[in-house]
Amino acid sequence: MDLVINGKPVSVDVDPRVSLLDLLRERLDLPGTKKGCNQGACGACTVLVDGERILSCLGLAVQYEGRSVTTVEGLAEDGSLHRLQQAFIDHDGFQCGYCTPGQICSAIGMAAEARRGLPSFVTADLDGDPVPLSGEEVRERMSGNLCRCGAYNGIVAAITETFAEDVR
Amino acid sequence: MIPFAYQRAGSVAEAIAVAARPQSKYLGGGTNLVDLMRETIEAPAHLVDVTGLSTAIEDTDNGGLMVGAGVRNTALAEHPAVRSRFPLLSRAILAGASGQIRNMATVGGNLLQRTRCAYFYDDAARCNKRAPGAGCDAVGGFNRIHAILGASPACVATHPSDMCVALAALDVTVHLDGPDGGRTVPFGDFHLLPGDSPDVETVLRPGELITAVEIAAQPLAARSTYRKVRDRASYAFALVSVAAAIEVDGGTVRDVRIALGGVAHKPWRAHAAEAALIGQPARSDSFRHAAEAELAAAAPLSGNGFKVELAARAITAVLDDLVEERA
Ligand SMILES: Cc1cc2nc3c(=O)[nH]c(=O)nc-3n(C[C@H](O)[C@H](O)[C@H](O)COP(=O)(O)OP(=O)(O)OC[C@H]3O[C@@H](n4cnc5c(N)ncnc54)[C@H](O)[C@@H]3O)c2cc1C
Ligand code: SF4
Ligand code: FES
Ligand code: FES
Repeated sequence: MDLVINGKPVSVDVDPRVSLLDLLRERLDLPGTKKGCNQGACGACTVLVDGERILSCLGLAVQYEGRSVTTVEGLAEDGSLHRLQQAFIDHDGFQCGYCTPGQICSAIGMAAEARRGLPSFVTADLDGDPVPLSGEEVRERMSGNLCRCGAYNGIVAAITETFAEDVR
Repeated sequence: MIPFAYQRAGSVAEAIAVAARPQSKYLGGGTNLVDLMRETIEAPAHLVDVTGLSTAIEDTDNGGLMVGAGVRNTALAEHPAVRSRFPLLSRAILAGASGQIRNMATVGGNLLQRTRCAYFYDDAARCNKRAPGAGCDAVGGFNRIHAILGASPACVATHPSDMCVALAALDVTVHLDGPDGGRTVPFGDFHLLPGDSPDVETVLRPGELITAVEIAAQPLAARSTYRKVRDRASYAFALVSVAAAIEVDGGTVRDVRIALGGVAHKPWRAHAAEAALIGQPARSDSFRHAAEAELAAAAPLSGNGFKVELAARAITAVLDDLVEERA
């Protein structure tokens, strides 16, 4: 089966039992994406598929044939970090770092959702205008990404700083 | 996981033909089924991926919406017609799971997601839903999250969906297609109470495919909402949830829809509360009285008595909010 990973076409033979997460980590040598719970509860395995955030542990690799997958390894450009990666460093958005790749991929997908007007459970108005990313909005929209180290304040600060300009 | 074959269906007819093989299951986003297969609670030999079929949301001739079963939860919550005409549905979907899961989950899969009863997941426990006739460890065990309405001695599990609670409050029809042709089922008849056979959860026949969910036009729903009470602020299943819409005229309740989540084996339409409210003054005391009329039938378990008062307060608060918003 063919798919695109971090901009590069990839061809693999894969058993239907293999999750997208295991394909990335075990077969394609991309261990940046983490396996926390392997049952949808932690968000560590979040990747972007055609720009949308999903949990790679709950997806079978075969379901993603022909799609374009971006992992944390694909975010830096020309050797310089994505601005959200830099913001995580600046704001101490992690301690052990295990949840970080999932947090970063999730936040990039999340910002695109808010920009195109997708409301969240805490959005007062359902009018479909771009939603400004207040701390409350970020916490609700990022609730699918747990951090066992409790680095949440740094995570929220890094995300709001990075995307405050985009979504207002 | 037990080995299985995977196939992506190109059409409804192809999906039904392929799924006619024994031990076949349809696959939506996989967010529930893949997890259950990993736990070997589900062990299909063939998976038929139906996410490419019926992915449209279309206006119907009489002003309603036809929502394809393959529509992702995010896309349904985001659709302009849903946000403006059925806000309770947008809010219910956005109250469920996480952003990532809502991007994967489909409408069909959401209807058929299975209970979150911990004994159902634990193969060392007795569970009539997983192994009919084995008994139910929840009845005398940890049953804080379990049902207070419509349960049976065989099973006290709840249906975990938020989206389905909003659908239960509306006039909705489920469209099915299968080896013996197509048919439609009113949403309220689709899910079953546990009775003696909690392993049978819906009226779906073997090989039948959900193709769409049709939401009828109902102006009342334009002012509606969804409230969810849970153990943490986000990313947790409902202890109790309420979907409601109300139409008030001159201070009197003309029409009202109420459905409850987290309280029963199926999304629970509160018919008794609705009947108690029609024609009554649109005030807190009537709302409380209606909630009590619904919950008179509640039969709490050892660990979930708190849900009765919680549900009564949640119903009253949601209706208060809706009436205030209108004033
Ligand atoms: C950590 C976590 C937290 C969650 N929290 C919530 C929550 O708070 N609220 C909530 O409502 N939900 C919650 N969910 C559940 C989630 O909403 C469901 O898993 C999801 O809706 C299922 O949709 P799917 O498309 O992924 O279904 P799948 O997993 O693909 O399928 C589920 C079932 O539906 C069947 N099926 C799928 N499509 C069809 C069809 N068209 N016709 C016939 N059969 C079909 C499959 O055979 C399977 O039996 C949570 C899930 C996880 C993992
Ligand atoms: S409540 Fe239902 S699902 Fe839970 S253990 Fe009892 S029979 Fe099984
Ligand atoms: S590893 Fe996928 S959500 Fe935890
Ligand atoms: S930094 Fe350790 S889990 Fe988040």
